[in-house]
Amino acid sequence: MNKVWLIIQREFLNRVQKKSFLVTTILVPLIIPAIMGVLVYVMVQEVKEAKPDTIQVLDESGAFTLESTKRISIVPISGTLEQAKKAYMESDDFGLLYIPATETNNPKGIVLYTKENQSVEKISNVEGMLNDRVKDAKMEKYNVDKETLKDIRTTKVGFQEINLSDSGEEKSSNTGVLYGLGMVLGILIYMFVLIYGIQIMQGVIDEKTSKIVEVIVSSVKPFQLMLGKIVGIASVGLVQFLIWIILIGVVSTSVLGYFGLKMPQQQAMEQVIESTGDEEVKEAIQAQSLQTPELLKNMSQIPFTKIALVFLFYFLGGYLLYGALFAAVGSAVESIQESQQFQFPITLPLLIGYLGLFMFILRDPHGTVSFWLSIIPFTSPVAMVGRIAFDVPDWQLALSMVLLVGGFIFTTWIAGRIYRVGILMTGTKVNYKVLAKWFMTKV
Amino acid sequence: MEALVAEHVTKRYTHHTALDKVSLTIPEKSIYGLLGPNGAGKTTFIRIINQIINADEGEVRIFGEKLKPGHVEIIGYLPEERGLYKKMKVGDQLMYLAQLKGLGKQEAFQRIKVWLERFEIKDWWNKKVEDLSKGMAQKVQFISTVLHEPKLIILDEPFSGFDPVNAQLITDEILGLKERGSTIIFSTHRMETVESLCDHIAMINKSKKVLEGSKKDVKASYKTNTYVVEHRGNFRLSGVGHQLVSQKELEGNHFETLIKADQGSSPNALLHELLPQTEVFRFEQKLPTMAEIFINLVKAEGDEALRKHLQEA
Repeated sequence: MNKVWLIIQREFLNRVQKKSFLVTTILVPLIIPAIMGVLVYVMVQEVKEAKPDTIQVLDESGAFTLESTKRISIVPISGTLEQAKKAYMESDDFGLLYIPATETNNPKGIVLYTKENQSVEKISNVEGMLNDRVKDAKMEKYNVDKETLKDIRTTKVGFQEINLSDSGEEKSSNTGVLYGLGMVLGILIYMFVLIYGIQIMQGVIDEKTSKIVEVIVSSVKPFQLMLGKIVGIASVGLVQFLIWIILIGVVSTSVLGYFGLKMPQQQAMEQVIESTGDEEVKEAIQAQSLQTPELLKNMSQIPFTKIALVFLFYFLGGYLLYGALFAAVGSAVESIQESQQFQFPITLPLLIGYLGLFMFILRDPHGTVSFWLSIIPFTSPVAMVGRIAFDVPDWQLALSMVLLVGGFIFTTWIAGRIYRVGILMTGTKVNYKVLAKWFMTKV
Repeated sequence: MEALVAEHVTKRYTHHTALDKVSLTIPEKSIYGLLGPNGAGKTTFIRIINQIINADEGEVRIFGEKLKPGHVEIIGYLPEERGLYKKMKVGDQLMYLAQLKGLGKQEAFQRIKVWLERFEIKDWWNKKVEDLSKGMAQKVQFISTVLHEPKLIILDEPFSGFDPVNAQLITDEILGLKERGSTIIFSTHRMETVESLCDHIAMINKSKKVLEGSKKDVKASYKTNTYVVEHRGNFRLSGVGHQLVSQKELEGNHFETLIKADQGSSPNALLHELLPQTEVFRFEQKLPTMAEIFINLVKAEGDEALRKHLQEA
């Protein structure tokens, strides 16, 4: 055990003392907020400076009186479609909207001519205008007056979500916040396992190619060496992660302080709204910002301590499960390039967990697929952490944790058997059959 | 007492047997040469001693005790496939390897200082291994093998990568270690090393031990009763049993002749026959070199196999 401790120490100190560790540890927390800041800034500037797109409208039905907005300026034209097309091609305008003589109730044959493929957002804006116009026409047909119409359109519903528990206790919840939290935690685990798993593999390959490994295994058991390396690198990861959290906390607080304690997204949002001047959106946003105290209240009701502990568990569990497999791959090959073929089957379940996070977990955290993804050890680290914010039943959490512990003991056992043979094998062409043989070999 | 005794050590892999009932006895404080062509099973045997792999059958005893995990601390092993952590400093590296062998921090530090001074490389402590030449790195590697003052030292091709000056330095150190009571096992192809350093040898060929004993005994058992004679003026051998193997003319009517003497004959009898005929400048019994024994044994084994193969076919 004492020797494993020596190995852990070496792996840890050797990495932490490297310049590259220092650089990434300090730069990443500075760069990420900086990149986000630049993106928000660019977005705001773009919206601010955007001119409305001009659309020529050739309305043969005469029923669509479209009004210009801040984003789209409408220029009614007349003549035949052919003439209009020609005139449009010579102009710099955004598009040509052709409305044939058609029923207002059920319009058909409307065409939007543009010069190149346009963004979905712009197209849907035009569509929205037409839809509104058709709705209005229908409303007018049922004798709804203009004032009532406006009133109808500006109504936005926002509601408070409350979870009822068996004991009748009411808990406010906010799906948006939970979604964000689940996503961030899931992505973090995915990245951590992948980045540090590959570091383990690299470390094993280095020992093999520098040929120190035979010297080391004449002092310690291969399994001790593997374990020491995995744990040593895990502690590097944890330390780096801790520093990141602290630094990001400090940086964000000071940045937010500079901007007058507003989240950057919120600030961008407000600027966007101001520049569009869209009354409806404005009102909707106002309705939402009325909910802000509610939001803060919800935040305080999320069990952060529990989430943090669960996160830490899956963080380590997932890392150990995959770390051992990465070590086994490293022992079988002699270069990173050669490792590709064996990396794929390892990263596949991890990737399934990651994709499942977006496709199932965050959309339907308590669905059948989400349940199984968060129970099976290979996907559970990413999946369960994505789910945990949505309040997972205790028995599911317990089952998943037990299986994960079992899972990493299992993978470590398999990996250990391949590793002890692999590290001493050089110049062998390795395929899955060879790995299986190593696994079965009596040493 | 014996430093190491191996009894019927056998190691099988799926498609071949790496060691087939190999028994060896390595006397304490000897330099023991383990010879054999590539793939004969030497490395497998050495790995078994180091407990990197386990034997399927048989037993190994070190200083009378059955092989156990604690023994790694009294063994120093310099593998043929060796290396160091490239990015690690020389001092840190030696500290690490010494501690893995069970040395305390203080003890390791003191000993490393002594060794670095002895090799006149004191100022290397903070150098990274990747900045050292191959020969320099080999010195560090050698130090790491003997730092914990192992009673049993196993050196697999220790001189590869050394220039003659450093090879001599290491040779002196090896003799010094023996002087201080260590037993040294050499695995090598370099017959001149065996010739000059080893006092016991064993040869493994095709997973089996084919020869073992003290160097003197081995050579004696392979002598062919052949003599080298340097003489002026030629001679004729009476037909009895002596046989002229080869003759080389040197300058000024001098010859160097190789004579295989009659089986029962003594050197004196041969001299007696030569003296009246020619003027003898040098008379010497020709003992086989280790290289000759090695090649003959390996070849003979090969022929045996070939013959068997032909018979079966």
